This record gives sequence, C-alpha cells and structure tokens, in this order.
Amino acid sequence: MTPRPSLVMFAIFVGITLVVTYWASGQSQTSRGFYAAHRRIGGLQNGWAIAGDYVSAASFLGVTGLVAFYGFDGFMYSVGWLVAYLAVLFLVAEPLRNTGKYTVADLMSFRLRGRGVRAIAALSTLAITIFYLIAQMVGVSALVNLLLPQLGDVAGIVAVGVLMLVYVLFGGMLATTWVQTIKAGLLLLTALALSLLAAAHFHFSLGDFFGAAAAVRAGGASVNLLQPGLLFHGTLGAWNLISLGLALVLGTAGLPHILMRFFTVPSAKAARTSVAWAMALVGTFYLTTSFMGLGAATIVGKDHIGRRMFAGQAISYIAHHPQQETALDAQLERSGYIVPKVDSNLAAPLLADEVGGSLLTAFVAAVAFATILAVVAGLTITASSAFAHDIWFSLIRNGHGDETEHLFVARATALIVAAMAIVLSIALRGFNVAFLVGLAFAVAASANVPVILLALSWRRFARFGATVGMLAGLISSLALIAVSPVLMGKHALFPLENPGIVSIPVGLIGAILGTLIARDRESEAMFDQLQVRAVTGLGAEV
Amino acid sequence: MHHARPTRWQAVAATPEFRSLLRSRRRFVIPATVFFIAYYLALPVTVGWLPRVMSRPVLGPLTLAYCFALSQFAMAWILLAVYLRRSLGFDVRAARIRRRETAELTDAER
Repeated sequence: MTPRPSLVMFAIFVGITLVVTYWASGQSQTSRGFYAAHRRIGGLQNGWAIAGDYVSAASFLGVTGLVAFYGFDGFMYSVGWLVAYLAVLFLVAEPLRNTGKYTVADLMSFRLRGRGVRAIAALSTLAITIFYLIAQMVGVSALVNLLLPQLGDVAGIVAVGVLMLVYVLFGGMLATTWVQTIKAGLLLLTALALSLLAAAHFHFSLGDFFGAAAAVRAGGASVNLLQPGLLFHGTLGAWNLISLGLALVLGTAGLPHILMRFFTVPSAKAARTSVAWAMALVGTFYLTTSFMGLGAATIVGKDHIGRRMFAGQAISYIAHHPQQETALDAQLERSGYIVPKVDSNLAAPLLADEVGGSLLTAFVAAVAFATILAVVAGLTITASSAFAHDIWFSLIRNGHGDETEHLFVARATALIVAAMAIVLSIALRGFNVAFLVGLAFAVAASANVPVILLALSWRRFARFGATVGMLAGLISSLALIAVSPVLMGKHALFPLENPGIVSIPVGLIGAILGTLIARDRESEAMFDQLQVRAVTGLGAEV
Repeated sequence: MHHARPTRWQAVAATPEFRSLLRSRRRFVIPATVFFIAYYLALPVTVGWLPRVMSRPVLGPLTLAYCFALSQFAMAWILLAVYLRRSLGFDVRAARIRRRETAELTDAER
C-alpha cells in the first residue's frame, strides 16, 4: 500500500476545509453562530451534514469488513442504522427544533425546570459524546497502523486531534457543518465507485455477483455469506441480535451530536427535510456496504482480508517486525492474554486496491481519515456546548454572564475535551472500537430516549421521573457493559454484549416510577405550552 | 424568548384547531412508529429463531433473510415518503394557528 498519495489527498481535503474554516471564523463570533450556525443552514445541506456526522469510520471500514467476513449478519448493522432514522423523523426532529435552543438539555429543562435535570442531561451528553469521540480517535490509531505504519499512531492521533480543534475553535458550527458536508460527498462517491467497480468485476450481473457471494472459499471450505448465523448463532446469538437491534434503532434518536444538528436549521419543516435527505444519503451508503463487503469477500478473497488487530504498541511493532508475529502470539497466549482476532477493517481499502489500483486505495484511505475528522469535530462541538451552555452558563453562572464569556467557555471546553480525547485515546489504543461505539448507542438509547419521549408526550411527567430515568438508564447501561463478555470474557456476569434489551426498559421504568412517586404540578402546567410549541412552532427560537 | 404567559398557551392548547391537528399527527405517528419497530424487530426475531427458513434462497441465490433485510430499506424510504406527504397538510394547519395567534398577540399588545 502506498502512503504518499493518500497523505497528499488527505492534505488537499484538509486544505480545502481550512479555507472554509477561515471563511466561517468571521461568522461564529456569537454563541448562536458558534453552536447553531445562526440557524441558517438549509434542509438539504443539513441532510448532508447529518449524513457526514453519522456515518463514521466504524460504518465505512467496520461494517464493510463485517459484511466481508460474516455476510448477512454484518449487514444487520446497516439495516438498523438506517431504520433508526424513522424514530428521529417521527418523534424528535421537529419537536426538538421547535422547543430547543442549543442542546438536548434545553428540551428537557423546558418543562422540567431546575438544576438537577439539566445537569444530568448535560452529563449524559458528555458521557455519550466522549465515548463516541474516543472510539473515533482509537480508530485513527488502527488506521494509521494499518495504512501508514511509518507515521506512528501517536502522531496520527495528535494530528487529527489538533486539526479538529482548529475547525471547532475558529469555525464553530458553520465550519463543522461544511467539513461534514464535504466529507459526506466524498464518502458517498467513494462507496458508490467501489460498489460499481465490484459489480463491473462480475460484468454487472447481479446474479453472478450474489452467486459468488453464496459460495465464497474460506480456509478450504465454501461459505454462503447470504445466510444468517455466521456471527450470531444459537439462542444467545438471537438475543444478542435483538439487544443490539434495539440499541441501534432507538439510540440514534438520543445521540446528542445528531440531535444538535436540528438547531442549525431555520424551521421544523427544514428539520424534517434534512432528515429526509439524510435518510436518502445514509440509506444509499448502507446499501453500498453490501456491495463493498461482499465484493471484498469474493474479489479480494475472504482469506486475504484478515490482517490482525493487535493492541496499541503491538500493532506498530508487528508492522516493523512482521516475521515475529507467531512468536508474539505464543507469548500473549502464555501470559494469559487474548490472542487478537483477524481484523476485518481493511476490507474496503483492499477492495479498492484490487479493483482500482494504488491510487484508488490512497483515495479510500484519505476519505477514511476525512471521515474520522468530520465526526470528531461534530462530537467536540456537542460536548463543548453541553458544558458551556448547560453546566457553566445555566448552572454555575445561573444564566448570567455575557456573550464573550459564553464563547470563551465554549472554546476552552472544546480545547479541554480535545486534549482529554487525545490523551485517553492514546491510552486506550487497540481497545475494541465497535465496543466503544456500542456503549455510546446503548447509553443514548437508555438514558436519553425514554426521557425525551416522555417529556414530549406525557402530561404528568415529573422532574423526579426525568432524573431517575436518566440516572437509571445511564448507570444500568454502563454497569451491564462493565460485566458483559466484551470486558469480562468467559467470566461475564451478563451474557449479552449489548445491554440495550435490559437497560432501555430500566431507563423507561425508572422515568415512569419516578414520576408516579413525586407529583410535579409545575411540569404539568408547562405541558400545554410545550405541546403547542412542539406541534405548531409558535414562539420557536430563530 | 417567552412572548406569552403560560395561560395563553393553555388557551391555544384548548382550541379545536389545535386539538384536531394534534389528533391527526398522533393518528399517523403512533401507528407508523409501532409498525416500523415491529417490522424491524421481526428481522432479528425470524433470523434468530427460524434460521433454516430464513436461509432458504428465494430470489436466485438471495436468501429470504437477505431479501427481508433489503426490504427494510424500501420500508424506511416508503414510510418517509408517506410522512413527507402527510406533513404538508400538518404544516398548513400549524401555520394557520401560528398566524392567528401572532395576530391576536399584536392586537393585545396594542
């Protein structure tokens, strides 16, 4: 694989986006500009930006690899991530635009006034975005080690961290939106090109393409990738699949960095249009994962994809000393460590190498970096608004403080969050990336979604219920992951890898019980106002 | 940000126009949500508990499971299109309420 062309292409992407950031920096001098791009982003562009914010490296590299390895079972992720947008479309996008200001906590604290609810909502936002952020940055280290081993993964993480900080600090939401828009275009183009080239390999005969996927040679045997059960098998597999499915389909409606995008558009109608565009783009992308993944399995060959994912330093060590791989394995096994599985993340770049040569591979690698960069910029701005707007401005300063202070705190938070993400992801290098993203989805689905939905629809819903619900969802999802097979291996106390099937109901029941225990007249009195605002857009922030 | 007192909001909430808009929205959103979640969860449930049936090739080499998964994309896009059409009507009715309320508000302020 050739490192130089991919660095050049990545540099071009960075160059263009830096010009955009310079232009945007003049327009983000107020908090409304910094967080919400003056609510002037159109529905079409916001749709592209949502797609750019949502489709991370976990989807592009991860899901393509899962489809290449496990066929149908890997494709299940793609299905869940698209269908999830129906929940966003029907339940949250428009009410959120009509009632919120900058953050998710705004919606909750609209009728659930008081410090407690806002503080916990901001905390769960911070927890979700930081897990998500670390997952993306750890992805950088894997990518650097696999594609550009001579650069070194620490240098890669620091470079990505500093770049995203430049976008966020100087360009605010407007620059971030443009970075995401450009990246979404590049990613979709790449995915479509790879799919077409894969189909061209079979002379555009879908019958031949899927026929080959139904009989892939792997390790001397023939595997049917169109059959379910390669990744999730047996009864435990079925429950795993359902738990994961629930977290995926409900989690998106609680992801703060996606919800925050609805505050950048001028109206509820534009919020709806942006979900429509996002669904068209995200859906097209996830359809192509089928072609890219099955294409990689059949054209590259399933046996040739799997280089292995080693923890942190081991990756770069093996990159430099490939002949010592077996010795290192034996050593790991002796010391009681888990010997890493074959890594499927290279399926998309390898397919590019096979069907398009080294230049296309370089382009795919550059797009993968751009993908991570755009997602981390969106996450950082979300975390910084949760702290500056919800914790600093609303709680510590009690709503006082001027624009200058507000912006200063927001930028300082972005700096701290970025530094934290850089340090944590250097420490967690080689940690399973999919696990961290799954954690973020499960926390969002358990802590945020029940409370958002009840706040929008249940007159009696009380502050105490919101507090209990969010805490129950947050704690149960984190605790179940801590005792799941992902972290505890064979000695796990909880059998499923994703906690969704338990923690989502726990969050919901917590919210309902808390409400039934403590009657909240003030919240009930605000319900009419909330409903009128949510449905008609009367008095919405402009 | 608040250009009306809570009592005003309660008055709007009680108007027949608002109640009927709310009812129409719910009549679409609730069944649509139940349907899409059920349709989606049917995929892992059938794949998990009826793996033999779902592994049967039905469209050339494509298995029943794969066809069901692809149909989820069609389902999502069709529901999106239906909602976009429906919401045009909701927009008109919401705008009517908004116009009337802002007009009354300016009268009251005068």
